Amino acid sequence: MKKVYVNEDWCLACHLCEYYCAAANSGAGSMIKAFAGGKKPIPRIKVEEGSGINFAVQCRHCDEPACVKGCITGALSVKDGVISCDESRCVGCYTCVMSCPYGCIVISEDSSVIQKCDLCLKNNNGEPACVKGCPNGAIVLEER
Amino acid sequence: MKYVIIGNSAAAIGGVQGIRESDREGEITIVTDEAYHTYSRPLISYWLGGKVTDQNMYYRSKDFYKDNNVKVLFSRRAQKIEKSSVTLDNGDKLAFDKLLVATGSKPFIPPMKGLDKVKEQYTFMTWDSVKAIKKKVKKHSKVLIIGAGLIGLKAAEALYHLNADITVVDLADRILPSILDVDAGKIMQKHIEDKGTKIILSASVEEFSPKSAKLTNGETVDFDILIVAVGVRPNTELIAEAGGKVEKGIITDDTQLTTLKNVYAAGDCTVSHDCSTDTDKILALLPNAFMQGEIAGKNMAGVEAHYQNAIPMNAIGFYGLHIITAGSYDGEEYTQQDPAKEQYKKLVFKDGLLKGYILMGDVARAGIYTSMIKERIPLDNVDIELLKERPQMMMFGKARRVEKLGGLTVKE
Repeated sequence: MKKVYVNEDWCLACHLCEYYCAAANSGAGSMIKAFAGGKKPIPRIKVEEGSGINFAVQCRHCDEPACVKGCITGALSVKDGVISCDESRCVGCYTCVMSCPYGCIVISEDSSVIQKCDLCLKNNNGEPACVKGCPNGAIVLEER
Repeated sequence: MKYVIIGNSAAAIGGVQGIRESDREGEITIVTDEAYHTYSRPLISYWLGGKVTDQNMYYRSKDFYKDNNVKVLFSRRAQKIEKSSVTLDNGDKLAFDKLLVATGSKPFIPPMKGLDKVKEQYTFMTWDSVKAIKKKVKKHSKVLIIGAGLIGLKAAEALYHLNADITVVDLADRILPSILDVDAGKIMQKHIEDKGTKIILSASVEEFSPKSAKLTNGETVDFDILIVAVGVRPNTELIAEAGGKVEKGIITDDTQLTTLKNVYAAGDCTVSHDCSTDTDKILALLPNAFMQGEIAGKNMAGVEAHYQNAIPMNAIGFYGLHIITAGSYDGEEYTQQDPAKEQYKKLVFKDGLLKGYILMGDVARAGIYTSMIKERIPLDNVDIELLKERPQMMMFGKARRVEKLGGLTVKE
């Protein structure tokens, strides 16, 4: 299965992937609308910055996903290798936040549910917005 | 192959999924003493508090049994395990080649003087138990909860959403002693008390009258509804009576096999191995139950699998304040706290490893800490200052990042 991979040698820490991700999943249709009026949609990808090292982190869609196995409601599930969350069934207990070894489950702005990368399958973006938007090719969608 | 599973919660469902990964044909029969499609037990407090609908109580989709070709015997109790059959309460015998005991636990009710005089007394364990409470509770009902642990305080939170007047009494001198230390307990206690829930510690009930409790500290608490949430005990009787080894819970090996041939056990009824302390204990946690069940199912279907790296861990919130805790608190401590902002963080180190943590308030990315405990990643391999700052992938060496995030293997 194709997954999103990052190459930390090429990451510029521009954070564009975070903006593209947040906008794509906001349902607003465009970057401008997504961030209009001080709204702060939350990205499901996170750029970590260090001294000379930067990289983006997002869901690894693990083969043995601790988040899905631990989910107390059944809101998290795997379909065709992609892990997604049915937010209508999430109660915001954060068991998945406790379980994810990469810190890739994010908490919604009002803390009521969790959100996560689903490879942009639900938002009709066509391909992952972070991959499409990365100006330096540091984030790729590949079979490895 | 004939599989029988006793129980219908997380461990049982894990068992079904584990079996069906490799065996699509074998007959699976679930025996449950409840009348419901598999539901999530931890959601009962959310349901009582009006946060989860009936429809969202179910742990798996309504087609789960059909899709997995599982026959379910509802409202049936397994009474006896024999060599290759289970006897049910209607006298029927179910033959099995492989059996999974996923019987969970039951509320523990300590002997308390006068308890038998209390008509409106409840436990907090099943959907039926909270349905019974919901029928009785009204706005400003006086509710007394015995037990300030995870179950008692989750019950209190639900009743708070129903505008009940709540008093929680516990023998211990602090709340949530199983998961919080003294300082974190104080922050949570204040948070809950600020919402109007009364907490009385270092006290127990000397004697009950039908609608009041006289406490050992001299106070008397009147109530309309009593909830006993002191603790739980594993349901081990079936295995014990069949001659299987039982200590604090059912003993299994790391394939979840009991000491009885072809009989597996998983979930809250079993003893787990806590790898953070290298000791055996009951880990009554839903993720643990599901994963044990899944491992049991794989082995029952002939695919060897081992359950390892279990630790105590809890992600839970009370009255809107979140906590995530994991591992053991025995070791060298690093703490950061800001009680005014309800923020608390404790990291515990021992033997060159992260052994445990408490995060309150800001719990983001806690799983990175959990992975360090479970995988026993040496502190020598991480940037300790970054570790203390917050959970982040940056604290690991490049090799782990390139492997985990880049999908490649490199030499450091």
